[in-house]
Amino acid sequence: MNDNFGPKPWHQTNWDFRAAFNFMFGSAGAGLLVAVAISGAAGNALRAEMLLGMALIGAGLLSVWFEIGRPLRAMNVGFNPFTSWMTRESFAAGLVFALGLAAVWFASLHLAQAAALAALVFAYCQGRILQAAKGIPAWRVPALIWLVFTTALAEGAGLFVALAVLADTPARGALGYFSLALIARVLAWSIYRGGVAKAAVRPALAALDRAGKMLVQLGTVAPLALLLVGWFVPEVARVLMPLAGVAALATGWQFKFVLITRAAYNQGFALPHLPVRGTR
Amino acid sequence: MTRWAMVADLRRCVGCQTCTASCKQANATPPEVQWRRVLDMEVGEYPAVKRVFVPVGCMHCDEPPCMHVCPSTATKKRPDGIVTIDYELCIGCSYCAIACPYQARYKTDRASFAYGKATVQETQAFNPKRLAVATKCTFCVDRIDAGLAKGLTPGIDPEATPACVNSCISQTLSFGDLEDPHSNVSQLLAENQTFRMHEELGTGPGFYYIWDKKQGDASA
Ligand code: SF4
Ligand code: SF4
Repeated sequence: MNDNFGPKPWHQTNWDFRAAFNFMFGSAGAGLLVAVAISGAAGNALRAEMLLGMALIGAGLLSVWFEIGRPLRAMNVGFNPFTSWMTRESFAAGLVFALGLAAVWFASLHLAQAAALAALVFAYCQGRILQAAKGIPAWRVPALIWLVFTTALAEGAGLFVALAVLADTPARGALGYFSLALIARVLAWSIYRGGVAKAAVRPALAALDRAGKMLVQLGTVAPLALLLVGWFVPEVARVLMPLAGVAALATGWQFKFVLITRAAYNQGFALPHLPVRGTR
Repeated sequence: MTRWAMVADLRRCVGCQTCTASCKQANATPPEVQWRRVLDMEVGEYPAVKRVFVPVGCMHCDEPPCMHVCPSTATKKRPDGIVTIDYELCIGCSYCAIACPYQARYKTDRASFAYGKATVQETQAFNPKRLAVATKCTFCVDRIDAGLAKGLTPGIDPEATPACVNSCISQTLSFGDLEDPHSNVSQLLAENQTFRMHEELGTGPGFYYIWDKKQGDASA
């Protein structure tokens, strides 16, 4: 008998919005640090943006700290760098804070770039954390790693562009990087969507599709269109660019919120064979 | 070497939940926590409907995803295959519970008792170390270790055997050493057709389900 039988999968109840916040704030913070390093920012602008990026990562970690059962033992998170991506994430976060604070102190772009490298590792670890959760079919798809990674870049770039408008019109290089990050993210989504279709149950797919639609339409097409309009009509750029940045950030956040709190159905139970009792 | 494993004969289980109850008694698990559970599945379509009772719990995997993800090293695997949790190290992050494809892990943040107030047995068995950390079936590892120290054989001598196996009214559950070809579980696997849950995930569960005798074997 080839069919699988078993009680239907149900949604996990172990990680709630507090865990989701870690993936939302953490990746946006990491992405912002990367965007700052690429932009070549200097002086107080560098300091403020670096501080904001680290504050976001810190807020995410604090949120998860409120979820763990034994918060006073939080340091034990660092005991398993050999196999646990959660441990590795914590190490990467430590490095981000050490290098980032030094960059702020010295207003040093080189240190900011080193912190951005650590932030890239941090964002990658977040993808690996989800992918290593074998009990959640929608997460263990390998392509999710790159979706989480690229959305970190897109969210951070979006935030950077939105903030840059406060001071001045962002440089063309920053806008180019933002556009590339958006395209990379939507490509990662489409590859992930192909993989997850084979793995996840219907309600998980339905939730992902709704969130993915937002990611494509509001989070990719709309910001790219706004950037284009802003490019050709500089007078309205100061209004459109922050909108584009916020759209990229908000849709990335909603996607991860859904991924963790709506699409995380477990494996359920399945019997590849039924017992043969009495007559056959 | 030893590899402790459990075998459940799905042809025999009647879904009486005696194993569930005996586990709760032996391990004093709180309400809504069942280290040993028996699923009651109704499968097929009328008139070819079957009911199947499926004991589940921690499968003590060869490649436990729960252990690989655990950031604190609280979850470990012993050389004899038993997957353990160190309640003193665990931070209660529940990552293991998410990583387990068998829904075998629990976390209880506050003490709770079956009838509101703790009964005498619950008071005696209460272990505050198990609050706000991950818990799961231990294969009754304390019984196994104590029994081995006395020269007993787990799976044969009740004193050294998991409580659920001892209590099973239909001999559905068996426990023993897979590495010993003469053990009860090795014999059962040799004589019957078996499967492991979610084999395709590569976790290598130490829990086998018998579903039929081997073809051409009239003795099973
Ligand atoms: S069944 Fe789950 S908790 Fe038990 S060893 Fe396997 S992955 Fe870990
Ligand atoms: S809840 Fe405890 S055992 Fe589970 S992964 Fe976290 S630290 Fe490890």
